[in-house]
Amino acid sequence: MAETKRIFTFLLRFIAFCTTLSAVIIMISSRQRATVLVFSFEAKYSDTPAFKYFVIVNAIVSIYGFLVLFLPSKSLLWRLVVALDAVFTILLTSSISAALAIAYVGEKGNPIAGWLPICDQVTKYCNQVKGALIVGFISVVLYMLLFLYSLHTVLNPLLLEKS
Amino acid sequence: MALQSGKKLPMFIGHIWSKQKSRWTLLGLRLLAFLAAAAATLVMVLNKQTKTFVVATIGTTPVNLTLTAKFHHTPAFVFFAIANGLVSIHNLVMIMVDLLGSKFDYKGFRFPMIASLDMLNLALVSGGANAAAFMAELGKNGNSHARWDKICDKFGAYCDRGAGALIASFLALALMLLISFLSILNHKLVNSSSHNSHNNIIALPN
Repeated sequence: MAETKRIFTFLLRFIAFCTTLSAVIIMISSRQRATVLVFSFEAKYSDTPAFKYFVIVNAIVSIYGFLVLFLPSKSLLWRLVVALDAVFTILLTSSISAALAIAYVGEKGNPIAGWLPICDQVTKYCNQVKGALIVGFISVVLYMLLFLYSLHTVLNPLLLEKS
Repeated sequence: MALQSGKKLPMFIGHIWSKQKSRWTLLGLRLLAFLAAAAATLVMVLNKQTKTFVVATIGTTPVNLTLTAKFHHTPAFVFFAIANGLVSIHNLVMIMVDLLGSKFDYKGFRFPMIASLDMLNLALVSGGANAAAFMAELGKNGNSHARWDKICDKFGAYCDRGAGALIASFLALALMLLISFLSILNHKLVNSSSHNSHNNIIALPN
């Protein structure tokens, strides 16, 4: 019973690490050169601070996820993992919501502010950013599950005691 | 006093942190968080500014264009308002439960419920505040690469009120972080290990 639980959480953490890493990679590699009228410009992820924040937060969380994978199961650092899970889950939700807000403006525009949507000019960039956001959303869901599971193990001391 | 994990705390912590004082501290913090989140919601929902621009002049008569900046034009601000509204309701319910509902306890399920709900609402308010913060940054600085002009020089009052709502929301976020941490710490410190044995009954099916 404890063995299957350990394998399941390890698998979940591994998948969560993979999703955050791929969100970073997809977002970083999204760039497209477009020509509008006479001048050409390049759309990169680093134009927008929200996407930069998304990349930074997902990079930090993937490093954390990678390190936690190697934690031996009897170590006392699991209590710290519980607290860090909380912090990183909250960071992830904030990063995905910020990136989603800016991506929505990029897709639909904001007529009152006079902001035109840019997605029809740089379609490939837009689609890649959408893909990165979808993967980021999956990672948020997975980290929420992991965090709720850690919370459950903390509040039910039977699982943390060495038995 | 010893925690059920086997660690011993320094004795002076037990003297400073008595049960009554911790309860009133938590209650005060929850009240502050409720007020901050409610203020953020109200300021954002009532945020509106109308301005008339002269776009052209035909002969001698100017052509006017009236624009209104409202919060519901931006989905991020709508999410911000809803998130802060939900968080303020959560804090209100927690205050009520703390004051009036000391009998509500189903087999020791009360503390994990409060802790989980606190954490979930913390994540909610952090998402809302952050989305609105980046939208506000876009409105303040614009984005030269996407040819989006900044709007804060035209709608100054709208931007200022939005900034006030954001500050209140981040204050509520910090307070809720403190509340979650203190509530868990308080429960571990104040309750003896015999009370925590009740928690074993509520183990989720594995």
